[in-house]
Amino acid sequence: MGKPKTIIEKVWEQHVVHREEGKPDLLYIDQHLVHEVTSPQAFEGLRLANRKVRRPDLTYATMDHNVPTKNRDVIKDEISRKQMETLRKNCEDFGIKLADMFHPDQGIVHVIGPQLGLTQPGKTIVCGDSHTSTHGAFGALAFGIGTSEVEHVLATQTIWQDRPKTLNVKVEGDLGPGVTAKDLILAIIAKYGVRFGTGYVMEYTGEAIRKLTMEERMTICNMSIEAGARAGLISPDQTTVEFLRGREYVPKDEAFDRVSEEWLALATDEGAVYDHTVTINAAEVEPQVTWGTNPGMGVPVSGATPFVAESDNPDEVERALEYMGLEENQPITSIEIDHVFIGSCTNSRLSDLKKAAAIVEGKQVKDTIKAIVVPGSFSVKLEAEKAGIDKVFKEAGFEWRDSGCSMCLGMNDDVVPAGGRCASTSNRNFEGRQGNGARTHLVSPEMAAAAAIEGRFVDVRHFAGVAQ
Amino acid sequence: MEAIEQHEGLVYALNRANIDTDQIIPKQFLKRIERTGFGQFLFYNWRFHDDGSLREDFSMNDPKYDGASILLAGDNFGCGSSREHAPWALEDYGFKVIIAPSFADIFYNNALKNGIILVKLDEEQIKEWQNRSEDGQLSLSVDLQNQTITDDSGKVVEFDIPSYHKEKLINGWDDIALTLLMEEKIFEFENS
Ligand code: SF4
Repeated sequence: MGKPKTIIEKVWEQHVVHREEGKPDLLYIDQHLVHEVTSPQAFEGLRLANRKVRRPDLTYATMDHNVPTKNRDVIKDEISRKQMETLRKNCEDFGIKLADMFHPDQGIVHVIGPQLGLTQPGKTIVCGDSHTSTHGAFGALAFGIGTSEVEHVLATQTIWQDRPKTLNVKVEGDLGPGVTAKDLILAIIAKYGVRFGTGYVMEYTGEAIRKLTMEERMTICNMSIEAGARAGLISPDQTTVEFLRGREYVPKDEAFDRVSEEWLALATDEGAVYDHTVTINAAEVEPQVTWGTNPGMGVPVSGATPFVAESDNPDEVERALEYMGLEENQPITSIEIDHVFIGSCTNSRLSDLKKAAAIVEGKQVKDTIKAIVVPGSFSVKLEAEKAGIDKVFKEAGFEWRDSGCSMCLGMNDDVVPAGGRCASTSNRNFEGRQGNGARTHLVSPEMAAAAAIEGRFVDVRHFAGVAQ
Repeated sequence: MEAIEQHEGLVYALNRANIDTDQIIPKQFLKRIERTGFGQFLFYNWRFHDDGSLREDFSMNDPKYDGASILLAGDNFGCGSSREHAPWALEDYGFKVIIAPSFADIFYNNALKNGIILVKLDEEQIKEWQNRSEDGQLSLSVDLQNQTITDDSGKVVEFDIPSYHKEKLINGWDDIALTLLMEEKIFEFENS
């Protein structure tokens, strides 16, 4: 056996088509996911240059960012409609499979990839979307690319990439009761900042990570980009294999057994060396709430907003507090909200919805609050309805919607009004993200659900209905 | 992509760290299917009120910066979403060079693909030029070939850029055409 390697190095080496001193590597791409917002200009570029899509069979498209989450038949916004029409036409012209708005496989691109089994360990996966890092949960090397790169991948099925440095994010110990994967990743970003991952691919390792379900792992990897890392991944294990067994696009029967052996062999070797390692103790993580305008501006729910003068970057903190309409040293539990959004590629999978439903069951959303649940895919929606979860939400006063990105970025009608304040299970609290002038607090589905009932942030660990 | 080897222009400094692509171009403008015309929407929510009128409290709207083509910014410029609409908007507005202590990874590649010169410099140097740019008179001359920036007092600052990126910018190469020269190798890979 040679030198021990990380999974990052293994997957990378398996995909190098061409390497030359002083240049990035040319990497082969196994799976290209496409959505309506970042692809039109790429297809147009192909047409202008008279080029074809090299591997339509390795390309898969869906509509998620713009789609209405109610009354799908009427898209009032002409420009949105045109963008979706354009994707349909592009997929037809170039022979690409499309899960359009009415297709049973439709959903947020980072929810349906894993759900269909398109996402697999060891694959290189790209999409014109920064949260492509989500797919890293399976031990895939998955990262977001820009539209020019989308065009490049469509035309050549390859991409030029600088070899990344490797960062080991090691999470020791156990998460406490009522503390979720979302809290863990928010706590990591709060601790190390929004650019500690820049230039790296992160691998999440350690006891706490091994115990997470695939859906929880996706929540973690999803937010790698919020720490600056284009890609974040987790070595595959039996949990990964079991999740993928029987999914539509994975091999069947004996072929599955063979391929799962290969997957497991990709895991980082004992003794492999990373360029950098950070270690976190899971037991110290509390439920988190962001107070500011980037995902690193977060604190435990028991905490308070910072003192401007005591922070490392007083100008930034002051501007963020002003935008958020908060005082310095304001207790998080004193913050009242008027919107709740449960959804997005971070937290819209069946288990997320189940956990949030368990909190609101038999209770009522505070009457001043508009609360919506947006399942991550059409299939999540159906499964949830089969389990009666939609009823729990609706009886509590939530709106139950069709799948899409929705209020995560408010490209459709689902926006938070200026000055509105939202407890959101999404991944970005940037200024204006959920609507111009809207204020976003990032939380777990459980914390969002409890906030919907109480009208303000509360520590979900002390909230009735939580399994202790 | 247009070739760019040198650029001289007026400086505008936006002294903020972590400027994300949602700020550079807000989501409501991502619905267009064209690649051009995004400059008018650059920093939209900072430049304009809801009713579309100019926000006078935002420095970029000061006429003394009209025609600025070199942007000085804080750490981690371009973080967040992968939207290439961000460099499209910057380029279309007229920014040819962006100088910051660091850039987000995806933004860095996207900007290069659009012929924008990205220069990483230490914070101190950026601060100095930022202070000097406040009268709206500072111009810088960027020489990509020699990897230098000269200010109007004659000070010359060197910068690093990977040779591969430099070569592409200077030649204005079409990436896809270059890659397709290697189609043989891609075939080989697919068949191995
Ligand atoms: S849910 Fe939000 S973050 Fe995820 S892909 Fe959609 S817009 Fe992007």
